[in-house]
Formats: sequence, C-alpha cells, structure tokens
Amino acid sequence: MWQYYFNSLMTSVPFFLKGLWVTVQVAGISLIGSTLFGFCLGMARTIRLRALKFAIAGYVDLIRGTPFLVQLFIVFFILPEWGLQVEAFSAAVLSLTIYGTAYVSEIVYGGIETIPPGQTEAAVATGLSWLQRMRFVVLPQAMRPIIPPLVGQYVLIIKDTSVVSVIGLTDVTRVGWLTVQRIPEGLMVFGLVGVLYFCICYPLILLSNWCETRLAGGGTGIRL
Amino acid sequence: MIEALNLRVIVEYLPLFLNGLGATAWISLLSLLGALLVGIAACVARLSRISALSGPAVAYIEIIRSTPLLAQLYFYYFGLPGLGLRLTELQTGILALTLNSGAYTAEILRAGVLSIPSGQLEAATASGLTFFQRLRHIVLPQAIGVTIPALLGQMIVLVKDSALLALISVMELTRAGQLLASERFMPAEGFFTTAALYLLIYFMLKLLSGWWQKRLIFQTI
Repeated sequence: MWQYYFNSLMTSVPFFLKGLWVTVQVAGISLIGSTLFGFCLGMARTIRLRALKFAIAGYVDLIRGTPFLVQLFIVFFILPEWGLQVEAFSAAVLSLTIYGTAYVSEIVYGGIETIPPGQTEAAVATGLSWLQRMRFVVLPQAMRPIIPPLVGQYVLIIKDTSVVSVIGLTDVTRVGWLTVQRIPEGLMVFGLVGVLYFCICYPLILLSNWCETRLAGGGTGIRL
Repeated sequence: MIEALNLRVIVEYLPLFLNGLGATAWISLLSLLGALLVGIAACVARLSRISALSGPAVAYIEIIRSTPLLAQLYFYYFGLPGLGLRLTELQTGILALTLNSGAYTAEILRAGVLSIPSGQLEAATASGLTFFQRLRHIVLPQAIGVTIPALLGQMIVLVKDSALLALISVMELTRAGQLLASERFMPAEGFFTTAALYLLIYFMLKLLSGWWQKRLIFQTI
C-alpha cells in the first residue's frame, strides 16, 4: 500500500513543482516590494518629524501585533466589501508586502540607529543633503547590521507565503493539501512539501549565518 | 469605516471572542512551556561535544526553521493518524506549536549561553561541579535571565502563530472571527475584532518585555 501511494505521489511531483513556482512568484514579488517600501519607511522614520515617526511606529505595531492570517483575511474578505475587488494572487501579494514592509522597515531603522550620530553631524556639516547623507554616509555603514537579520526576515516571509494557500492560491502547501485528500499519507505528502520549502529556505538561512559571522565576528565558541 | 461596524453583532458574539481570547492565551502559554523544555534539551544537545547528540539537535532545529509552521501543522494533522496516533485537533495544534517554537527557543537560549564568558564554566568545572550542576547553577540561570526579552518576543510569535490552529478548526481567537464572518456574512466585524484582541495581547506582552529590559539594565548597574 505504502509503495502504491509512494508511486502515486511520484507521478504528482509535477503538480508540486507547479505549486513551488507559484510560491516562488508570490514570495519574489512580495520580497521585492517589502524591501523597497521597507527601506523607504525605515529611512523615513529617522527624519525628525514627530507625526511621521509615530505613524510609522504605529503601522509597525499594528502589523507585528496581529497574525498574518488575520491580515490576509482582512485584505481578502474586507476590501471587496469596500468596493475594491482583489483576486487571490493580488490579495496574497498585497498582504504579504504590507506585512513584510513593517518588519523590513524595523530592521532598517534599527540598523540606521546603530550608526553614531557624529557621522550624520559631520555629513550635515559638510553640506550633504538628506538623501546624500543616507546614500553615501549612513546606509553603506548600516548595511552591516541590516543584512543578516534582513536575510533571516526573508526566510520568515517565504515561509509565511504558505498561509496564502488558505485563500485558494495553489502554492506548494495547497498542492499538498489537495494531494493528501487523494493520497492519505500525510507524512509522505507533507514530507515532500517540507523538502521543497527546505530547498529554498535552508540555503538562505546558511547565507544569513554566513553574513552574520562574516560581518559581525564570531562568538565565544563555548562548549558545554 | 469604524462607524460602519455593526457593534450590536460584535457585542452578541463577545462571549465567543472572549472564549477565543482565553483559548489563544492558554494554548500559547502551554506551548511556550513545552517549547522551553524542548528548547533547553535541544540547546544543551546542540552545544554538547558528543556528535550523536549535537547532530540530531542541529537537524531538528534546521528542519523546523526551514519549513513553514502551516506545513508542519498539516504534516502532523494528516500524518499522525496514519501512524495510529489519534490526537484531537487541539492536541495536534499544541504539539505543532511546541515543536516549532522549541527550535527557535533553542536558538535563543544558545545565544544566551554563548554570551556567558567561558571562564565561568572552566571555574565551575575546576571546582568540581558535575555537568548537570553546571547547567543548573551556572549556565541556565544566566542564559534564561538575559534571554527573557527574546523569550517574551517568542511568546508574541507564538500567540500569532496559534492563529493557524483555526485552519484545523481549533476554537481560538481567529476561529471566533471566522465564525462571525461566515455565520453573519460580516467579515469586517469578525476580523477587526479578532485583530483588536490580538493587539491587546501584543501590547501587554510588549509592556512586560520593556519593563523586564529596564529591570535587567538596572540590575547590572
């Protein structure tokens, strides 16, 4: 029986790869969007403008304080009530971008905060504009603390794309869910789903670790 | 848009939401306790010199961290009955959350352990403490102390992750919102109330975390 299910699962591997392609598309677009908007908001948060600061901090808290599943439901079920029709793919990308932007902006803001204020003061004194200061003085130095957690955040966002399967988008997780109705071997089916996610996420985790040791210097190497 | 919310329906469903809030709180607390136990074990195994212990621990941590919680949840939900293990949805959910969070907790604790100067361990070994005594009196108190804010962060993550249990029809906060949304066709009322209650938990945990961090700073001064 097990052998039969295994062969049957092997014949449906192409569907899993198709699902993986949907996952990659959703994740790719959302990651690009989150990075773009996240960097903008993170930099904007360092501007000395109380209202702006509070607005961005409030947005970050709203996103960090609620589950992504609930945010997805709000975008998918409530926007149509307000007359904005979104189909599953756009809803998924939109909610993932809103979600990812908050976390990326927090990382960028945190990274910029680690730069000693003397750097900015010196840049101001040499007459650089805000954009020039960011571009030539602050960001190049801030990338060091930003990149490792940013890559880590990418992994989290890629994993969170699995949640969009519940609004009917046929990503890997949904393919698994559909397959398990036909091949009732959950361990096998979701084992395969897990392997596919692992192939994407694990190299990124290694990259994040590598960046961390590379950019920050190693730990104490304690052994128990 | 807030004026447009039908408050009467929200009040009518309030008992359900409070039930869900309670369920979310204790599911998360229970999973955090489980995750702490699993995390301590995995962290100790990972930092051990015996590769038969550290190998499986690394595999466990990396597999969990590289796959989505939802896939793990379905893995247990659809997979365990095939092994003859019949758990309720709630038990399956708590199991998934515990094992998932355990891997992250292990990494948090590892960072805490690595922050302990190795001289302390050498001194402890030199004064004749056994492995478990070193762990109990030297390593864990310090590792857990510095990592409390990170562990509270993990609690916030757990509270949010527990929303996924709604997908295997465990009665909790998100499920309550789903029920209102589907029974009365009022997604706005359902999901905004759910979101507001999650925010309530979030801000409470955030306050607690800030308070603890302040305490830590004052302790070290």
